[in-house]
Amino acid sequence: MTDQYTTTALRDSRPQDGTAEPEIKVCVRGLLKQFPAKDRMVTALDSLDLDIPRGQFFMIVGPSGCGKTTLLRILAHLEQPTAGTVEVLRSTEGRPENSMVFQGDSIFPWMTVWDNASYGLRMRGAPAAEIKETVGHYLDKTGLTAFADCYPHQLSGGMRQRVSIARAFANDPDVLLMDEPFSALDEQNKTLLQSELLRIWDETRKTVIFITHSVDEAVTLGDRIMIMTSRPGRAKAFVDVPFERPRDVLELRHRPEYGEIVYDIWQHLRDEVNNAQVTAPQSQQRRWFRR
Amino acid sequence: MATAPLIETRGIARPSGAPVRPSRWRTARNRDRLLAAATPVALLVVWELLARTGLIDARFFPAPSSIFDQMVTLMKSGELWTHMWASLQRLFLGFWLGLVPGLVLGVLMGLSRPFRAAVSPLVSGTYPIPKSALLPLILLIFGLGEMSKVVMVAIGVFYPVVLNTAAGVMQIQPIYYDVAKNFGAKRMKVFRTVALPGAMPSIMTGVELGAGLGLILIAIAEMVGAQSGLGFMIWNAWQLYSVQTMYVGLLVIAVIGYVMSLLLGWVARIVTPWRTDR
Ligand SMILES: Nc1ncnc2c1ncn2[C@@H]1O[C@H](COP(=O)(O)OP(=O)(O)O)[C@@H](O)[C@H]1O
Ligand SMILES: [Mg+2]
Repeated sequence: MTDQYTTTALRDSRPQDGTAEPEIKVCVRGLLKQFPAKDRMVTALDSLDLDIPRGQFFMIVGPSGCGKTTLLRILAHLEQPTAGTVEVLRSTEGRPENSMVFQGDSIFPWMTVWDNASYGLRMRGAPAAEIKETVGHYLDKTGLTAFADCYPHQLSGGMRQRVSIARAFANDPDVLLMDEPFSALDEQNKTLLQSELLRIWDETRKTVIFITHSVDEAVTLGDRIMIMTSRPGRAKAFVDVPFERPRDVLELRHRPEYGEIVYDIWQHLRDEVNNAQVTAPQSQQRRWFRR
Repeated sequence: MATAPLIETRGIARPSGAPVRPSRWRTARNRDRLLAAATPVALLVVWELLARTGLIDARFFPAPSSIFDQMVTLMKSGELWTHMWASLQRLFLGFWLGLVPGLVLGVLMGLSRPFRAAVSPLVSGTYPIPKSALLPLILLIFGLGEMSKVVMVAIGVFYPVVLNTAAGVMQIQPIYYDVAKNFGAKRMKVFRTVALPGAMPSIMTGVELGAGLGLILIAIAEMVGAQSGLGFMIWNAWQLYSVQTMYVGLLVIAVIGYVMSLLLGWVARIVTPWRTDR
């Protein structure tokens, strides 16, 4: 195990069109993010470099408060980096750069399931026929068709998360950003949604950046896993996951490699989690500024 | 007699061991409805009896039947309709005159911090003034014509609407704005899909409060500065010592208030269909 950036050959999950090297879809260089705290600056992210090839299911694990959400919010243009660059290789015009599945409840309580799922397409003025087809497709894939006219309060937590996922997929972005989408769910729902997510993802194999605090989830879903240090968040190690696609979420678990990789990641994480315990208390609560 | 259903639903009067059959109409809800209708009726009956037997002073508390007679007389002469129409017209115009600026200012206050900082001292500074105390000033400024009455209603509607709208916009979770931004919503669309629906429950609360306050103020304004309207009718009845007419006026105002709240409740259900507590 090394703390270094392991430059293993990256398996590309999508048939290459001529080029031998997979294209880099998301490129992050020297990313620094500081927040003003009471009397000084809190550094959430520090000198972070990332290269994520197109079509990769990229996982980020790290102790809580290490800056995972901050990284995703910068990628989503919801925060500005203090220093450093973020580049996303764009595909066809008209397609949004990214769509986020937010941490916690984020679907609009005042919209029906259908209106929530079609939100992105409606906001960018997609033609009605396209909206109908795309949203219909993803509601079908997430098992929500029968609930299209329901309001979020009528749904269970798992179903609300499905709406959030359908909303992001239906928006058809270049890159999908997912911030602990399943962390509030119980174990059975989580496993169910993980395998549903993989099924849906398999249709398009979009580049995904997925945050989790669950090591199992990282190994189950990801092609590559970045382990972050406790705050300030840096890349501590990268681990490649060798499992083929499509995957069977349950079957994976009794493979010998599965346990090895999980153990591997825990080795990296152990010190960081301990560190986070010591440094966490100060200014954990987020300050929101109104626009 | 009236207590029989109560005892039965509690099951006290049932023979032990008898199967408890769920009854379709004997639900708690229906019982509540029955009780709600029974109390006023019972009160009227008692009142009528007391008035007829002379146990209460019929000069102050005329028998309900005589009030009803007077109402029919006023309807036939068209007097009641004239006054009611005058009041409703002022209420309607004043409602919109207060609602629209209240909404616009409230939304701006909720969305923009500098705007809130600039305007909120004005609004919260004038809010505690009893609106009825403004009547002489309003009469002075707008004269004895229709406008002064309309403005009184508007003032009553404005304050609850502006305050509740601003509060409603401010309590929207910031994550919804993040979602809107991430999914490419432009300024107007953020307003239409997040700020407005997010604040709507609170806005409707403001509107309902405002409408109630408007009704109070129109009655007061008409007593002092008008020659028509239900407020005038009541005041005039006092001067003419026609106690029945006074009660008719009160009854009609109560009915208007009730219908208004039904109407607004219905509107609220339409504009906030996601709410369960309506
Ligand atoms: N808007 C903000 N203002 C101030 N501090 C913030 C803000 N957002 C995040 N932070 C701080 O940055 C650190 C990283 O937060 P976050 O990215 O949410 O962590 P994670 O998602 O890994 O749990 C935390 O210490 C948090 O308190
Ligand atoms: Mg987070």
